[in-house]
Amino acid sequence: MMRIKQRFDQLRSASRKALVPYITAGDPAGNTVEMMHELVRNGADVIELGFPFSDPVADGPVIAKAHLRALSHGVTLNDVFSMVSLFRENDNETPVVLMGYLNPVEIMGYEVFAEKASKAGVDGVLVVDLPPEFADDFVAQIKPKGIDMINLITPTTSDERIKTICSVASGFIYYVSLKGVTGSAKLDISGVQQRVTHIKQFTDMPVGVGFGIRDGESAAAISQAADAVIVGTALVSELAKFDQEGEACMQRVGSRVSEMRNAMDNR
Amino acid sequence: MSDQSKSQKTLDKETYQQPDNSGHFGQFGGRYVAETLTSALQELEATYRELWRDSTFQADFDRDLAHFVGRPSPLYHAERLSEKLGGAQIYLKREDLNHTGAHKINHAVGQALLAKHMGKTRIIAETGAGQHGVATATVAARLGLECVVYMGAKDVERQALNVYRMKLLGATVIPVTSGSQTLKDAINEALRDWVARPEETFYILGTVCGPHPYPEMVRDFQSIIGREAKQQCQEMTGKLPDALVACVGGGSNAMGLFYEFIDDQDVKIYGVEAGGLGIESGEHAARMAGDRKGVFQGQRSFLMCDDDGQITESYSVSAGLDYPGVGPEHSYLREIGRAEYVYATDDEALAAFRNLTRMEGIMPALESSHALAYVEKLAPTLEKDQVIVVNLSGRGDKDIHTVAAIDGLALDGKSGLQG
Ligand SMILES: Cc1ncc(COP(=O)(O)O)c(C=O)c1O
Repeated sequence: MMRIKQRFDQLRSASRKALVPYITAGDPAGNTVEMMHELVRNGADVIELGFPFSDPVADGPVIAKAHLRALSHGVTLNDVFSMVSLFRENDNETPVVLMGYLNPVEIMGYEVFAEKASKAGVDGVLVVDLPPEFADDFVAQIKPKGIDMINLITPTTSDERIKTICSVASGFIYYVSLKGVTGSAKLDISGVQQRVTHIKQFTDMPVGVGFGIRDGESAAAISQAADAVIVGTALVSELAKFDQEGEACMQRVGSRVSEMRNAMDNR
Repeated sequence: MSDQSKSQKTLDKETYQQPDNSGHFGQFGGRYVAETLTSALQELEATYRELWRDSTFQADFDRDLAHFVGRPSPLYHAERLSEKLGGAQIYLKREDLNHTGAHKINHAVGQALLAKHMGKTRIIAETGAGQHGVATATVAARLGLECVVYMGAKDVERQALNVYRMKLLGATVIPVTSGSQTLKDAINEALRDWVARPEETFYILGTVCGPHPYPEMVRDFQSIIGREAKQQCQEMTGKLPDALVACVGGGSNAMGLFYEFIDDQDVKIYGVEAGGLGIESGEHAARMAGDRKGVFQGQRSFLMCDDDGQITESYSVSAGLDYPGVGPEHSYLREIGRAEYVYATDDEALAAFRNLTRMEGIMPALESSHALAYVEKLAPTLEKDQVIVVNLSGRGDKDIHTVAAIDGLALDGKSGLQG
């Protein structure tokens, strides 16, 4: 089932842009599936679900800490698959993209990973530290299961690499709008717009933009340039307050998402 | 030294040609990084490729090694130790006599030359024991470049002396409080810094680990150790050594010694990892003692992780060997059977530290003491006319507090020795 393609096709015909929230599986403990449904209720079109790693080097402090919290709750890759399966019991439409680092996937084995991901109802995988030139073996396992390989493109990716990346990737392209790790500094909307237009010369795939989107205003601005708005740090920093505030912080994540949804739809 | 022994020699290697164009040593190595880091690594690789073949660069590097580092370092025949062990003759490659007290300065000087050539204004580095941080702060001071050193908060505490040395040299030391607060987390932070400010920043990595081209580049800068040792050994003994021994943290001093000898099949090669409190205890850094391979900090190699692929914390009395990953070329040399990897425990290393200090008047770094501990086992199994060259990668001054603490003494300057 190609949920990602279906979702982007639907959105395109409705002239809407996708809102893609990111949360880390297992942060807070035990609430992930509930949280995923809450994201969808508030307007998420695709869910990005981080699978935790001890050394999330491409992530800034907010998301890195979420990985470590999830690990301190004992969350394993198998647990993440169980969460997706459970989510699928009540939602068979919303695409789920797993995002994480290579070593847990290597240790499980590509074939087993692909098998379990497919069974659980995963639609795409973004392995942050698996560059396209070394991804053949992995893609060979997930593609036949109908799972998309999502890849990153950055402000400094050369045209030659953009071509390579577009030949390996499917589903959508994830444009990282800022230099740096997740959660850094401010973004430059017109620069993003130019870059997305440039990337689109190389592919028909939808282009999502992530890193640096914080609120309704920035989400609405980015949605003019991109097919999808990806938001992580702004949500995860709310979830970080779970220990002090409990459920309240989860509700706030929901309202942040719906604020972005409204701003994007009413721009 | 004759011209032949200078840096160019590596270009002429005949049979052993690693890594390949993608930075792989067999299945190991590579460049497993997020796209955000790729262009910075490509730029570094291109500059390195160009300069390593450039005679002006080579001349600059050789001059710095001679006049700033103090090379060649002596090869010293440890006669009393050899006699006591009753077997092979033991020769120490004296990297402890380099400026700043360890082999780390060799690759720091090389990388600083690259940084200067690339017009970078800001140097960053990670450090565990502090030796690489000191070496980096030193070359940055010499070039007048801003220098930021990331160091695990636990190591900042353990290595107060080196932290202060770096500060005196003008570096900013940033304690890293994420994760296990040790070397691996310092590397993570340095990589994060680099991604955020790639234009003005050069990351001087401290060992033969990380994404391509670091393992190859750092090895090449360190390979002067083996080239000198080969020539010195021939001059002093009339032949090649029978065995090489070096400690392996990330593996830079070891690759530096081994590389020149890889094609000399009769020379046995031993890398010594940190056995910590013993392999059974789980408290160690003997990556090669297990059979876990995976991808960590940009490279595929042997590593320490759990069944779910999460990197596990290593342990060693010596901060410089306390790292859950190991350079990919070592994994390759193990896989093709060219080198053998063994380990020495904390206790064995401490005994070797005391032995060398008492027998030869040379106080080795605790890292190097691991290599010496294995030499104590190996030498008696060899004949008296056989030769072992062991890399004395650094001097022990930085470890005196650690050893004193183990002896139950506190050295706090105010009250002197309290037993
Ligand atoms: C004296 C000394 N030897 C060895 C090492 C270990 O590093 P490597 O394995 O890269 O030589 C260190 C690291 O700090 C060191 O200071």
